[in-house]
Parts: sequence; structure tokens; C-alpha cells
Amino acid sequence: MDSHVLIAPELFDRIIDRLAHQLLEHHDFLETDLVGLQPRGIFLARRIQDRLKVLLPEVEVRCGALDATFHRDDFGRRQHPITPNATDMPFLVEDRRVILVDDVLYTGRTIRAGIDALMAHGRPRSVELLVMIDRRFRRELPIEPKYIGKSIDSIDEQHVRVHWSKDGMGDYVELFNRKPE
Amino acid sequence: MNTLSNRHLTGIRDLKESDIRLILKTAEEFKEVINRPIRKVPSLRDLTIANLFFENSTRTRLSFELAEKRLSADVVNFTAANSSVKKGETLVDTVNNILAMKVDMVVMRHPHPGAPHFLKERVQTQIVNAGDGTHEHPTQALLDAYSMQERLGDLAGKRVAIVGDIRHSRVAVSNILCLQILGASVRVCGPKTLIPKHIASLGVEVSHDLDATLAWCDVANMLRIQLERQGGEDRVPYFPSLREYQARFGLTEARLSQIDHPITIMHPGPINRGVEITSAVADSEHAIILDQVENGVAVRMAVIYLLAGVR
Repeated sequence: MDSHVLIAPELFDRIIDRLAHQLLEHHDFLETDLVGLQPRGIFLARRIQDRLKVLLPEVEVRCGALDATFHRDDFGRRQHPITPNATDMPFLVEDRRVILVDDVLYTGRTIRAGIDALMAHGRPRSVELLVMIDRRFRRELPIEPKYIGKSIDSIDEQHVRVHWSKDGMGDYVELFNRKPE
Repeated sequence: MNTLSNRHLTGIRDLKESDIRLILKTAEEFKEVINRPIRKVPSLRDLTIANLFFENSTRTRLSFELAEKRLSADVVNFTAANSSVKKGETLVDTVNNILAMKVDMVVMRHPHPGAPHFLKERVQTQIVNAGDGTHEHPTQALLDAYSMQERLGDLAGKRVAIVGDIRHSRVAVSNILCLQILGASVRVCGPKTLIPKHIASLGVEVSHDLDATLAWCDVANMLRIQLERQGGEDRVPYFPSLREYQARFGLTEARLSQIDHPITIMHPGPINRGVEITSAVADSEHAIILDQVENGVAVRMAVIYLLAGVR
């Protein structure tokens, strides 16, 4: 498989640290919640939650898992329907500030569905977007992240995968020249 | 595997094990959806579904309608009681007329066994069977399996008793097929007159002793005595009296107190309180009758969502 490592574990860890600090510049997390998008954004949201727990030991940082499958705009246009994942939102986002988290931002359609799905859990005061990888120039909707791990320029055939380790010590990002089967 | 192997649901016989597990898994996510503050998702907003009920129904029709609306589909309802069926229109003509108005999916209940099979060969639409005569009621079997699984975990090796009027029950046939696919063993129990002669050919045990059956099972699914199918005054009834039926096959607290293990009690509704089950048992902690109703909406959402995906 023709691929190379885009972000090695050491750098990955540093990026998580930077993203957590960037969030703290704007939020004290008394009125802010993290919401990870299923299936893979939830890993990033948990990594950031863990880092914020260390940086803000006196505050309970909440983190929900949101599945946007039923809100997608490509239902019936795909060969097969997408199998949904579990939504675990143990709190309402009514009047809260929400950081929506996903691993890779590409066309923006998943995020659009995610915002739609989020509104079923209350009306948040604001929603900001955080992603690990921003694949610029491929957007199909006017959606831009506020917090970015790394921006990359890639072509359509390429594929980005974020690998999540069990203990959080060996996460890395890989860029494939063709989408793996 | 994230798609169904069939574009219709006319019976459990249409489904493979992987289909059933996919429906039950998807229903879990829809159960979460219907417990949100906003219980609606936009998945099927460009789909129109016709509910064609050629036979009376309250909860199944409501449950389907709610499931469709919570998926944002457009819904039209049709009941035979006040329609052109009374004027002699054939089933195929009725359905084709409705389809000419651009309907994508048909949910139908019909008094004749096999009506959905007949229709799926003749009209260009997806069919969901909501009960056909005494034949099948697949979504009821799926929601029963879902409710059992929610209470007991994996159904492999579990023992399920279906008690009561098996002869007139489409719920029994679909339940037997579905539970066997999921690895459970099934026993039917009731008076000889209400158990079809060759039911054992489906691979189920047959019993006429409720106490022994309760001692054997993990789940007792109590079926309704269908008084409207017992025949008129000129026919010999299937059992001498409701009182005698209740004494031999009614689920009472006294009966339950004799068994040494907890059993889960189900009923597809509507309940004849005091006949097949007493009020005290129906309202007890062992009963999951209202969970079945709630799960019915989630399971029907899953069925419609997955079928709509194989257009």
C-alpha cells in the first residue's frame, strides 16, 4: 500500500496539547461541552477531554458522543445505507457552548449532518468546530473549523486515516495515495 | 453487512439471520432517537409511505405511523372500512391507484394469508407486511425478539413459551421462525383445539400443561384469546367457557409463585384482563408489555429505514 505517516505519535501528542491550550484561551469549560462525532471523532474528543482534565483539574469537562447517520443528506443515494453508531449524549446542550469534534474534515457534509443531529439535544448558544486534519480545497459546503490539528492539501483519490491507540500513547495519522479497500 | 438481503418484508421467511441481527442492532439506535427531546430524524424526508389497513388495527397502525413520521416520511392512511373496496375494487387495482399518486412504500394488513406475497409479484413497490390473516406478523416477532434481548441478552439457548390461541395467531408463526433463527428453543402451549395439528413440523415442542411449561421457560409470551375468531352461535366453540380457559391456561400470581426462577412475561396486546393473564401479573415487574409497545416503534423505524436504503 502506497502510504506515508503524516503525523507521527510524538507530534500527534504535541498537537493534542496545543488544541487543548487553544480551547482554554476561549473557554473555561464551565458552560462548554465537547461533543465527538461518531464513529471516529469521539476518540479525538476523549483525548482532548483527558488533556483538559489535567489542565483544569477543578472543572468537570463533559464529553458526549453523537451519531449523525440519520441526518445525512445522502440517504438513498448510496449503494447501501450506513450502519448507525451509538449516540451517547448524557446531557442537554440547551444554552451551552459546544465544541464539535471530528477527526478529518473533508467535504463538510458530515459536519452539516452533525450540527443538525446536535440540535435534537437542545439549542446550543454556540457551536465551534475542532478537527485533527483539515483537507482544504475539497469543501462542498461553507463549513470551516476554528481549531485545526493540521491542514493538508490532498487530491480526491487520496485517503487520510487517523489511527487511535488503546492507551493514547501511539496515535498517528497516515496518508494513503489511494483509498484502501 | 449493512443492508438487507430482500427489498420487501412479507414475513420472517424473507429474512436471513444477518438481516434480523441488523434490524435489531439498528433498532437500538432508533430507540435512543425516540427518547431524545426531539424525537425525529430527517432520513426519509423524500419518501412517501401508504399504510393500507384492510383489517382493523389500533396499535400496529399507530406504531407504524409514528415510526414513519419520526423518520420524516410523508404518510397516507387507508382503511378498507370506508373505501372503494366496499364497491368491489380488487386489491391490485386499489394498490395501483394509490401507487399512481407516487407512493414509495406500502405497509399493509390484510385478513387473507399471503396477500402481501400476492401483491409484491404484481405491483412495483416495496411491501411491508403488518399482518396477513393467520399467516405472519413479522414486525411483531422482531419487536418481541428485541424486547426479549433487551431483558435477557443473547437469545441463543433461551427457552420461550408461546401460550394460548396458536391456531389463529400470526404472531405465533412469526415468533417461532424468528426465535429459532436467533437460537432460542420454542414451546407452544394451549388447549388441543387451539393448536394446529402439524405445528410440531416447525420444530417446536407442544404442551397442554401450563404449569409444566412455566417451569420450563425463561419467557412466556401470552397470546390473546381471539373471541372474534371463535365462531358464531351456530359453531362449536374451541373451549367450553372463558372461565374454564382461565382456570387451565390463564397466567395468575398463584401459578407464578410456584416456579423457582424468574420469567419474563410478554403479551402482544390487546389484553383480555382476567382471561389469558390477570391484571396483577400484567402489571407486575416481570411483565415487559409496555416495553414491547415502545420497542415496536423503534423496530419499525429500523425496518423502514433499512428497506428504504435498498431502493
